[in-house]
Amino acid sequence: MMLVDKLSLYFQYPFVRYALVVGVLISLCSSLLGVTLVLKRFSFIGDGLSHVAFGAMSVAAVLGLTNDMVLVLPVTVISAILLLAAGQNAKIKGDASVAMISVGSLAIGYLLMNLFSTSSNLSGDVCSTLFGSTSILTLSKTEVILCTVLSVVVVAAFVFFYNKIFCVTFDESFARATGTKAGIYNLLIAVIIAVIIVLAMNLVGSLLISALVIFPALSAMRVFRSFRSVTICSAVLSVFCSSLGILISVLAGTPVGSTIVAVDIVAFALFSLIGFVSGGKSK
Amino acid sequence: MSQLECRDLCLGYDGRTILHNLNFSIDSGDYLCIVGENGSGKSTLMKTILGLQSPISGEIITGDGLHQNEIGYLPQQTVVQRDFPATVREIVLSGCQARCGLRPFYSKEEKKLADENIEKMGIANLGKRCYRELSGGQQQRVLLARALCATKKMLLLDEPVSGLDPKVTAEMYQLIEGLNKDGITVIMISHDIGAALSYADKILHIGQNVFFGTKKEYLESEVGKGFGMNGGRE
Repeated sequence: MMLVDKLSLYFQYPFVRYALVVGVLISLCSSLLGVTLVLKRFSFIGDGLSHVAFGAMSVAAVLGLTNDMVLVLPVTVISAILLLAAGQNAKIKGDASVAMISVGSLAIGYLLMNLFSTSSNLSGDVCSTLFGSTSILTLSKTEVILCTVLSVVVVAAFVFFYNKIFCVTFDESFARATGTKAGIYNLLIAVIIAVIIVLAMNLVGSLLISALVIFPALSAMRVFRSFRSVTICSAVLSVFCSSLGILISVLAGTPVGSTIVAVDIVAFALFSLIGFVSGGKSK
Repeated sequence: MSQLECRDLCLGYDGRTILHNLNFSIDSGDYLCIVGENGSGKSTLMKTILGLQSPISGEIITGDGLHQNEIGYLPQQTVVQRDFPATVREIVLSGCQARCGLRPFYSKEEKKLADENIEKMGIANLGKRCYRELSGGQQQRVLLARALCATKKMLLLDEPVSGLDPKVTAEMYQLIEGLNKDGITVIMISHDIGAALSYADKILHIGQNVFFGTKKEYLESEVGKGFGMNGGRE
């Protein structure tokens, strides 16, 4: 019972409990919207927006802002709106515009950090922003509360607008033609995803956020065939994988973000196998 | 008063006009077929009727108790839908969405309406099946059932038989004819001039020459002769 002893020892530290709570909440939120984003062919939006958030963080660091949320959140939300809500009619189409913004802000962010760096350990700073190496274990109580409140809002909004989100995801022009305000729901999805990404940067860092968004959804789609079961399965799976990943990383001392993603990958392989065996469409 | 009337309609996109001064009207119970070459503006016209896009000039007037958002719409399949994990019932039920307003969940009546329309389209045995596992004809029936949830008055069908084999195509046309006989106005966009001429009672031909009138008038007109000869005997 070495393992249990070790775990209960770790759980006496508040930072481990905080990490677990925040991990569960963020993975829940990201997986809920993941289904919609994957189906809308916007799998890469997580990646793109997280790089925008990285760029904004660098700017905030250069400007010497103590609370970088003030800058990061609005910039990310605006980018999300530009990409998702205006994407349909834009001259540069979905995937290209995401790629452009993603790479662009990554480059500018790194450039700014290099030019105006005040830190002695630049590559360490960049690495922890990209891979979220330790920040989840250094969360303060305020951050945990902020994260909880935002997660509750996201989950409530998702449940409340569930049928509308389904309608807009499945067939936007039908929804529009029959009088559903598709534009508003696209906007809502964009804002929610931006908020989740800014939150999730603490957990897995900006490079691995896409994994939280797409893996649970893709795994669930291997096995389940209705929108509701896919959504529920994706949420449960995501929470399970993140919890497991955090526990493993605490016990084994591995980086939190990449451990969670590794667990997600194993789950995906497992679900693909189940889907294949049970005769589900394994395309 | 007619159900839908287009007055001096000019349509186009990106500032380019592709259709000038279009005038036509549809009465309750009509079966109108819109034909024309590729690029003649059929889809643009359809989007304008549905209110997805605004006309450059002119107006669309709905009457006879019809509101613009009460037009049931059968779109062409998109890439997104082809591998969408959703059951038939979930999709048909989403046709009731517009009735909900801000109410988050469907009412009993809406669920009943969805089940009735599933029954009407002859797909009751598929209710719990996943949409992506169905054949092309079955998928069209699902989307038609959804469109019926959104309207009791007018259906707009965008190439409802494209990609279907001849047998399923014939069944689909019969299904649509049945709905029309029940009193639903049908507007169909089609490449299939043969079918247009055998099922529709009014024809709107758009392109360089515009024609609007009954089927009989169309067959006697210059536009109809030219297009009917080339298009009808492929």
